[in-house]
Amino acid sequence: MTQIKYHMLVCGGTGCHASQSDQILKVFQEQIIAHGLDTEVQVIKTGCFGFCEKGPIVKMMPDNTFYTQVTPADCSEILEEHIIKGRRVNRLLYENPETGEKVSDSKHMGFYKKQIRIALRNCGFINPENIDEYIARDGYMALGKVLTELTPEATIEIIKKSGLRGRGGGGFPTGLKWEITRAVKADQKYVVCNADEGDPGAFMDRSVLEGDPHTVLEAMAINGYCTGADKGLIYIRAEYPLAVERLKIAMKQAQEYGLLGKNILGTDFSFDIDIRYGAGAFVCGEETALIHSMEGLRGEPTVKPPFPSESGYMGKPSNVNNVETYANIPVILNKGAAWFAAIGTEKSKGTKVFALAGKINNVGLIEVPMGITLREVIYEIGGGIKGGKKFKSVQTGGPSGGCLTERHLDTPIDYDNLLAAGSMMGSGGMIVMDEDDCAVGMAKFYLDFTVEESCGKCSPCRIGNKRLYEILEKITQGNGTIEDLDKLRNLSHVIKDTSLCGLGQTSPNPVLSTLDNFYDEYLEHVTSKKCRAGNCKSLMQYMIISENCIGCTLCARNCPVNAITGERKQPHLIDQDKCIKCGACMEKCKFNAIFIN
Amino acid sequence: MKKIKSLADLRKMQDDLRAKISLREKSNEPDKRIQVKVAMATCGIASGAKEVMEAFIEEFTKRNIDAVVTQTGCMGYCYAEPTVEITKPGVEPITFGYVDVKKASKIIDKYILNNELVDGIIPVNYHSIDN
Repeated sequence: MTQIKYHMLVCGGTGCHASQSDQILKVFQEQIIAHGLDTEVQVIKTGCFGFCEKGPIVKMMPDNTFYTQVTPADCSEILEEHIIKGRRVNRLLYENPETGEKVSDSKHMGFYKKQIRIALRNCGFINPENIDEYIARDGYMALGKVLTELTPEATIEIIKKSGLRGRGGGGFPTGLKWEITRAVKADQKYVVCNADEGDPGAFMDRSVLEGDPHTVLEAMAINGYCTGADKGLIYIRAEYPLAVERLKIAMKQAQEYGLLGKNILGTDFSFDIDIRYGAGAFVCGEETALIHSMEGLRGEPTVKPPFPSESGYMGKPSNVNNVETYANIPVILNKGAAWFAAIGTEKSKGTKVFALAGKINNVGLIEVPMGITLREVIYEIGGGIKGGKKFKSVQTGGPSGGCLTERHLDTPIDYDNLLAAGSMMGSGGMIVMDEDDCAVGMAKFYLDFTVEESCGKCSPCRIGNKRLYEILEKITQGNGTIEDLDKLRNLSHVIKDTSLCGLGQTSPNPVLSTLDNFYDEYLEHVTSKKCRAGNCKSLMQYMIISENCIGCTLCARNCPVNAITGERKQPHLIDQDKCIKCGACMEKCKFNAIFIN
Repeated sequence: MKKIKSLADLRKMQDDLRAKISLREKSNEPDKRIQVKVAMATCGIASGAKEVMEAFIEEFTKRNIDAVVTQTGCMGYCYAEPTVEITKPGVEPITFGYVDVKKASKIIDKYILNNELVDGIIPVNYHSIDN
């Protein structure tokens, strides 16, 4: 009898999927059969490993060999060397960028060392399209236990004791929310899952849904039992087709096993889940706007109270939680509140998933205990700043958050510390910026996003943000004045204080926090018309160093707007009024005669 | 598919399903388990390392022993192939030479289960640079 000796895990997350992981899977399966190895080797498509920087990822079990940037052409070498001859394919191993050393075992990679995976426990470990693998990993055990052994009150008590707070950004205590929804009397209640992940650069919810969809279904059913709802709704953006597809497969499998539907596990509890699609509007992540969108109305927020817990979908009490929050629930119920509460800081328990992006070596998805410092995240897990440049700041909380600078590097990350530092947890986007990024440009970038995404219902947000953007534009073009800086600050506070929903109440945060942390840079822009990062095109001047210029005319011939003049073999000159700052001249010059002022 | 009718049914089902992913579960924490590394370079394979590896896997499954079996490259002891390195949690690894299917089962009986040594131990004559 031959037995399966190897499991080959191929990442099927969106990132790796886009770089041909499907093809890789197919080639492996074909060649395994061709080599007659199908009784010894099993290929499994999993969810995201998080190490998207080096995708597609192929992980070999049981020896934990971690192959990066695999192409379909590499498959036969992996099979012939690793499986048949037992030799690792060195060139595909991860290389430690600092030491140049090859790391074969993912356990020894800096990227994974400090991570604790709770919400992502099954991502990159099980096949998300196979409910059996989820069940083998304690799947639906929490639901079973709750339905047969615990009362709704006792279950809510466990969630409250665990200290779990909403992972969508607000940080509202999850158990308390459930209790409030439970207390409201109504003939019909709803459980809603907010999968409208809108922060630029954040993709943890997508990864959970793609890599472990059953955990969300299980947690929603548990929530239904606790709050007294028999209907669940997942609001997901239609631009996540892979997540939608896997959710549908998961729902079908759960229904076939009777883990969703009527009389679950022989109890009198029934629960069903439906999917509602969003069109990808940022404001629909706000719970009242989300509910209106689900009802078929315009995705616009309304004043709270009433909170959705009292009057939500179709005017019925609705408990809205985010995907990552749900993903924590089954683990808490299986392992106990005390286990969960032992991880993290005093007021922020457990872990948080962050999406690392920007000028960082290891772009990807990480899950770390609350209370970890930014330094550990950026330098140990993230592998430091790209190209050895200097760290400038990190934007947390997306367009609603603020930037944290060098002096915050050793602050433990949790809900309260981030707020105190002028930023917020948000959904967990972390965009790292280096010395080449301009603080004003940064604020402008986020404002551009919120102006675009404002629903337009209330004027502070609709008009105020537009005006903010215009002032920032004026400053980056070199026309700003000192008064503009005060105006920015005042207007920001007005928008924050008077906007209807979370979008407007937080949209000026990037402006305020850059003003606080990089005021000298703003000042430089308005007084000396200088951008030290060299980002603001209008403030740059391309100049020719006449000593270095030999008059080869190459730059003049390549200038698209004929801004460069000069005789052959004589130093040339750039007409600053005509110059569009495209940089073509500097690129072409072979004598280093052109520089940026 | 059959409906799962109770928590007890679900638990039973989980017990059956666990075996399917146990290979992965084990590799999550290899340090806490008995690790068996079979040298599978050309020399090892030619002397029957594949059969030895299979024998270990089968015996472990049969006797319900919690162990991880992996293959490695040439350990350099080509004269004594097939060679097998066994690491018990918290104990220095021991390398056995001239292992065949029979000896594999003897190693399990004596060394793995009872801490008794078996003939054919190869003395460690190298330093690893990992540490």
